[in-house]
Amino acid sequence: MRGWEAVIGIETHVELQTESKMFCGCPVRFGAEPNTTVCPVCLGLPGALPVPNEEAIERILRIGAAFECTLVEGSLFHRKNYFYPDLPKNYQITQYDLPFCIDGHLDIDVDGDELRVGITRVHMEEDTGKSIHGSESGRIHDAKFSLLDFNRAGVPLVEIVSEPDIRTPEQARAYAAELQRVVRSLGVSDARLEEGSVRFDANISVRRVGADEFGTRAEVKNMNSLRSLQRAIAYEIDRQIALIESGAAVVQDTRHWDEGSGKTTSMRSKEESEDYRYFQEPDLVPLHVDQPWRDRVFASLPELPAIRRHRITAAGVDRQAAAVMVEAGDLADLYDEAVSLGAEPRTVGNWLSGDVVAYLRRNETSLADTHLRPDHLYELATMVGEGALSSTAAKDVLARVLAGEGSPAAVAEQYDLLQISDAGALEAEVDAVLAGNPDVVAKLRAGDMKPVGFLVGQVMRATGGKADPRIVSDLIRTRAAAG
Amino acid sequence: MPVDIDIAKVAKLARLALSPEALAEYDSQLQDILAHAERVGALPTEGVPPTSHPLPMTNAFRPDEATDSLDREEVLEQAPDREGEYFRVPRILGE
Amino acid sequence: MSDLADLAVREAASLMRRGDVSSLEITNAVIDRAGVTESHLHAYLTFNQDAARAAAGEADAARAAGRNGGLFHGIPIALKDNLTTRGTETTAGSKILSGYVPPYSATVVNRLRDRYAVILGKTNLDEFAMGSSTENSAYGPTRNPWDTERVPGGSSGGSAAAVAVGSALAALGSDTGGSIRQPASLCGIVGVKPTYGLVSRYGLIAFASSLDQIGPFARTVGDAAGLLEAIAGHDIHDATSYRGDVPPISTALQTGVAGMKIGVVKELSGDGIDHEVAAACRAMYSKLETAGARVTEVSLPASETALSAYYLIAPAEASANLARFDGVRYGLRVDGDTTEEMMARTRAEGFGPEVARRILLGTYALSAGYYDAFYGQAQKVRTLVRRDFEAAYEDVDVLVSPTSPTTAFPIGERIADPLSMYYADVCTIASNLAGDPSGSVPISLDSAGLPIGLQIMAPALHEEQLFRVAAEVERLAEFRQRPELATSEVRPA
Ligand SMILES: [Zn+2]
Repeated sequence: MRGWEAVIGIETHVELQTESKMFCGCPVRFGAEPNTTVCPVCLGLPGALPVPNEEAIERILRIGAAFECTLVEGSLFHRKNYFYPDLPKNYQITQYDLPFCIDGHLDIDVDGDELRVGITRVHMEEDTGKSIHGSESGRIHDAKFSLLDFNRAGVPLVEIVSEPDIRTPEQARAYAAELQRVVRSLGVSDARLEEGSVRFDANISVRRVGADEFGTRAEVKNMNSLRSLQRAIAYEIDRQIALIESGAAVVQDTRHWDEGSGKTTSMRSKEESEDYRYFQEPDLVPLHVDQPWRDRVFASLPELPAIRRHRITAAGVDRQAAAVMVEAGDLADLYDEAVSLGAEPRTVGNWLSGDVVAYLRRNETSLADTHLRPDHLYELATMVGEGALSSTAAKDVLARVLAGEGSPAAVAEQYDLLQISDAGALEAEVDAVLAGNPDVVAKLRAGDMKPVGFLVGQVMRATGGKADPRIVSDLIRTRAAAG
Repeated sequence: MPVDIDIAKVAKLARLALSPEALAEYDSQLQDILAHAERVGALPTEGVPPTSHPLPMTNAFRPDEATDSLDREEVLEQAPDREGEYFRVPRILGE
Repeated sequence: MSDLADLAVREAASLMRRGDVSSLEITNAVIDRAGVTESHLHAYLTFNQDAARAAAGEADAARAAGRNGGLFHGIPIALKDNLTTRGTETTAGSKILSGYVPPYSATVVNRLRDRYAVILGKTNLDEFAMGSSTENSAYGPTRNPWDTERVPGGSSGGSAAAVAVGSALAALGSDTGGSIRQPASLCGIVGVKPTYGLVSRYGLIAFASSLDQIGPFARTVGDAAGLLEAIAGHDIHDATSYRGDVPPISTALQTGVAGMKIGVVKELSGDGIDHEVAAACRAMYSKLETAGARVTEVSLPASETALSAYYLIAPAEASANLARFDGVRYGLRVDGDTTEEMMARTRAEGFGPEVARRILLGTYALSAGYYDAFYGQAQKVRTLVRRDFEAAYEDVDVLVSPTSPTTAFPIGERIADPLSMYYADVCTIASNLAGDPSGSVPISLDSAGLPIGLQIMAPALHEEQLFRVAAEVERLAEFRQRPELATSEVRPA
């Protein structure tokens, strides 16, 4: 893509995991039996009326605040009119010219390079039902009929529209990943691509480097992992460049990403784009988010991932370790609690991001299902710091604590892993080793310190590995010199 | 003043499969009605805000509490076509 | 005693309270009346005799057990068929909902059932409440009880005819541009469109959401007030439902009009108003003056454009509200090879011409390039209409005009000419645009023996002023006549 630049904007849809749907009391439940979480409102029965879920509005405001958006004082719901069988009323209640949140941004980090991506708007809408296409491939085009399940219809859906500030597939992926982290940190949605609780659509165009005008853009849908988002964008950039270089033009259209073939194919041309006939939803009254409400929302924000990573790194933890813990959320929570008890940050960070993550993966479990508590980490870190436990033994102890075998002290005791760091207790062992190696001692006395390591090894073997090697080394030097 | 109406396009937007004769009749009726309706443009409305809603109310919400959903059989009984626990429709042209 | 079917609700209620008569007896009398009149009128689409008798029996049993549902306890009433009723077919007068049995009931229906009202059935209407004659029903027209060659008005023509003739003691209708008041006027009964938001719309099959309002029909002002009180009040299921207290309605009935300022709407007094109608109204204004009111003329300049604005706003909202009728989840389906084709055929087949016309009109008014000139501009005119009313109410307490520019017109006369039909709403539409309460009270018959109604309009949430004047008009008019189809005269409560 030499000489070319891609211009990418991302539209993100996040399903909020509230108790009930956006405009009715039906439960929001992933994987419920088909057509069981439906009512007159979300089925679009004649006469039914929508009433907005206050918590969903609270949550979209939190999302907007997290992106440092302006929370709009007076906003409105509109009807977006189009016929589609999974849309029960054949209009979607959404927002048009007055969304809840506008003009925000999200800072991302791509291999150490910082990029600020503008957030144009964050608006509230209702999700559609799901259609299952009755064909071998499950694709719509060769289906003879479709089956409809309206459980998802009316689930609160937040749309986050970025500015076209993204230039590379890697940046797009970093943006999507950071957005997921932010949403999760707010506790408003688990934002899982596999379950469709977050969906990313990318608007992509290309232009010559240095050009001011945007090229004709295509919208790419159906990426169900961050990896496929990155791949789809890379593919689409190459396709558009090849098209233009061959003398053809990019057609404005909506394209479907096919994971199997690794290609995008046109779903519909924008030429016949719908006329959505937006108008203010007359079944709903305007929304007034006053200053106290807006202040309350900003005050209620948790520490956001970027700030948290920064804080943890500043405490001496590796960047990578901090990123891993913040990504997981619960690891960072545990880290914060352990550190607040007085545990050494770097040690705890390394354990949590390394040993604990490995343990969880190996045992296919989650942190909440282990027995690890903040005070365990504090105790373990203190034992290592005081020399009561070698760092190797600490890892063994940590695994057993995770498995529920007891507190670090109890485990270390039970498995006899405590280091002998009491110099008095070690003197006899050191003396015995020195007595057994007179020729080596002679070398030391002659000023050749190289064999100290050998002697430390002998003491370690004699103590079954429990001696603190630093103390043993010191003892050897002083006893040899004294002798 | 004749009003510019692409009646076939409007019928398509409104999902009404009307015959050419019916379209022609609706076209002429809409011309009459819209010629009358155009009077709304005759009043001076500079700086007048639109009214979408008669009562000055804001923020009508409901608490986030799950309530009972409908009985699936009662719902599906009304379906013109169904398959098992799903509503069924003919193939869908485009997404 | 006269026929129980001709009792006012208050009379029937007091007879039942005294134990002189049971709900079952009253209900049976009304069923008998319907047996005579229905073949002439076709007021009902669904008439549930058995369910009504069962409900009457329950109401009697509840009363015997000491429970008191209030004024409408045991009173047989009718519901316009755009009010959704669980387990009872609800069609909105449309073929597209033929056979549709809703799995839930409208809030107003639940409120009446909770008060032991006896629901007789569902009344005929113009399809989706779009019309002024009830001729647009897919199930055939309703006829006017005063002259069965004439329309009962619309769209709530079935409810109005049933109450006028005694095949219900009272009824509910809905009013988007006059659909309660105009048929009340043409059938010689009382009909009231309350303030927008005073009565929950949950379960009312929407025509135009920002204009629709459910309201009562009765033969007396007092009964209409009682029915409104029974259904009014905030509902969690309707976000546009008013959250404050219901105005004190029934207590205003005996207050009289002495000292009240009544404004006669200048634009609705002369041109386009039938001279007999105009004369009858003028006579009533004089009587009101004699009764102590100060009557002045008031101008509502934007009201002449209100009709145009209405015929953009209402169809625009309707075009979206009626999009849900697509053959997927309920109602009619006409098959097609694809879903798109199935939907378009279903809708073309299922909607009658007036509904299709308004859907096309509304779709057009909202579409790209036309929104500002039509829908957007109509909403600004709506603001001007509201401002006119606000200015008028600085000087007067209520406004009055004829309810309908003419008395009942012959069936078939206007059906082919949409604009002349739309003109039937010329007096009533402004109140819907403003969201204000408005009612019609019968004042006299014209020389052809057809009823004339007076419209009384009041500021939003001031139903008590409307009813105060309505009750006085009722006393002054001494309108006792009943259509021949009914057996005897109505007596005021
Ligand atoms: Zn629901």
